[in-house]
Amino acid sequence: MANDKLSLEKYIELAQKENKALYEVMLADNAKEMDTAPIALEAKMQEMLQVMQESIAFGLTGVKSRSGLTGGSAKALAEAMAQPKYQSLLGPVAQDALVYALAVSEANAAMGRIVAAPTAGASGVLPGVLFSLKKHRNLSDIDLQKGLIVAGNIGMVIASRASLSGAMGGCQAECGSAGAMAAGAAVSMLGGTPEQVGHAVAIVLKNMLGLVCDPVAGLVEVPCIKRNGGSAMQALLAAEMALAGIKSFIPADEAIDAMKEVGDKMPCAFRETADGGLAHTPTAIAWAKKYFSK
Amino acid sequence: MNLLDVIGPVMIGPSSSHTAGAVRLGLLAVSILGEQPVKADIALHGSFARTYRGHGTDMALLAGLMGWMPDDARIPEADIYAEQKGIQYNFSTIDLGELTHPNTVRFHLEGASGKTCTVTGSSIGGGQVRVTEIDDFPVELNGALPGVLIVHKDRPGVIALVSGKLSEYKINIAGMRVFRTNKGGSATMIIECDQTVPEEAIKALKETKNVESVRFINKVL
Repeated sequence: MANDKLSLEKYIELAQKENKALYEVMLADNAKEMDTAPIALEAKMQEMLQVMQESIAFGLTGVKSRSGLTGGSAKALAEAMAQPKYQSLLGPVAQDALVYALAVSEANAAMGRIVAAPTAGASGVLPGVLFSLKKHRNLSDIDLQKGLIVAGNIGMVIASRASLSGAMGGCQAECGSAGAMAAGAAVSMLGGTPEQVGHAVAIVLKNMLGLVCDPVAGLVEVPCIKRNGGSAMQALLAAEMALAGIKSFIPADEAIDAMKEVGDKMPCAFRETADGGLAHTPTAIAWAKKYFSK
Repeated sequence: MNLLDVIGPVMIGPSSSHTAGAVRLGLLAVSILGEQPVKADIALHGSFARTYRGHGTDMALLAGLMGWMPDDARIPEADIYAEQKGIQYNFSTIDLGELTHPNTVRFHLEGASGKTCTVTGSSIGGGQVRVTEIDDFPVELNGALPGVLIVHKDRPGVIALVSGKLSEYKINIAGMRVFRTNKGGSATMIIECDQTVPEEAIKALKETKNVESVRFINKVL
């Protein structure tokens, strides 16, 4: 698949035709394209998972960002949830996915070490979903490694048809893509079919279509951190639907192309310039003014 | 874009353009200087100038100047290390005009040997960088391959002589750009190579007719 535009549907068809798991055809294709051994890529994925786990742990210590704008919410949420009388609205899988996503995102804002997957700004989503499922569904490191390969290839398809950058396509391209990647990983790790992976990807992209990139003072903090949490929730709800056999009317490739169209037509003010949206609210402007005068 | 571009790289947050890209710009500037700097004047333009404190762009640039990689856990404290190493540094803001990329930095570096250079570069997204000016000469360089910067007189045949010399040393040219200030005046060649360019080849290039100076720039990542 060395052609310009990658296609998730082509991967799905190939997996069905060869009666293989999606990660198998993807891994073989990546190894061929990169002229490397599959085992080398698998080892690399394990390294990435190790770093993700470390960034969760670092975020959970309650780190603060360098600007002082954000930090501590992952720790606070984890502590609240650990109270004996705490009644969660979300349930254990979503609860931990949210806590971990916030933790990595806060670690990122605090200059911690993270895996940019697909970007630094959206680096909380995948660890959130992967490590919550590992804990609650008894998945192995090998399962997570396979999930990460599926996630990475979904990201590659999005990059080739649209963009993974907030400056190009708004937050839909960052947190939206991260959510789609995590949803696909979740479905494949939990035994869903290749087709179900495609539906989960499409569902997330549809639900997050049009999301703008409007960071307060241009920093990767507000609204980025909570959006990482939100995107992890979108990934889980899409995976839940897809695994139950619910289909997306719009196929994944077309949903990606729609995201591209929306991104192209998105005004510059909503593409990481801090000139619109939440960055343009009185609260944001007042804070930014104080911060820049320091 | 391959699998490892999407799942990775491992980096110190918070921003691939303002942090990881800034480390790479520092690395590339040192590679252009050709030695460890002892003095660094660092001027920031646009978004770099506005948000460098919050993104740790200043720490990332210093980290790059010390030869650290974008995933080095010491990056948040790079200033302390730079002071320990006795690097005199100074940050300022600069307006390079509307046409300049918003994430742009201009380094003025001095090495222990007294060698200096001025390097202007931009972080163009996803951690990718581009150096656009070296010592007032326009260039285009991303640090992915080893390169040679040649300042020469704008005369017929110089390009042929230079590429001939490189072929003698079995060096394959991956990319080449030529810029000149005015016809028959001073010109620069920036040549990206598939192989590293050995000392003897650089010497041979320096001795080539109409060549004024040669600078080898090692790849940074």
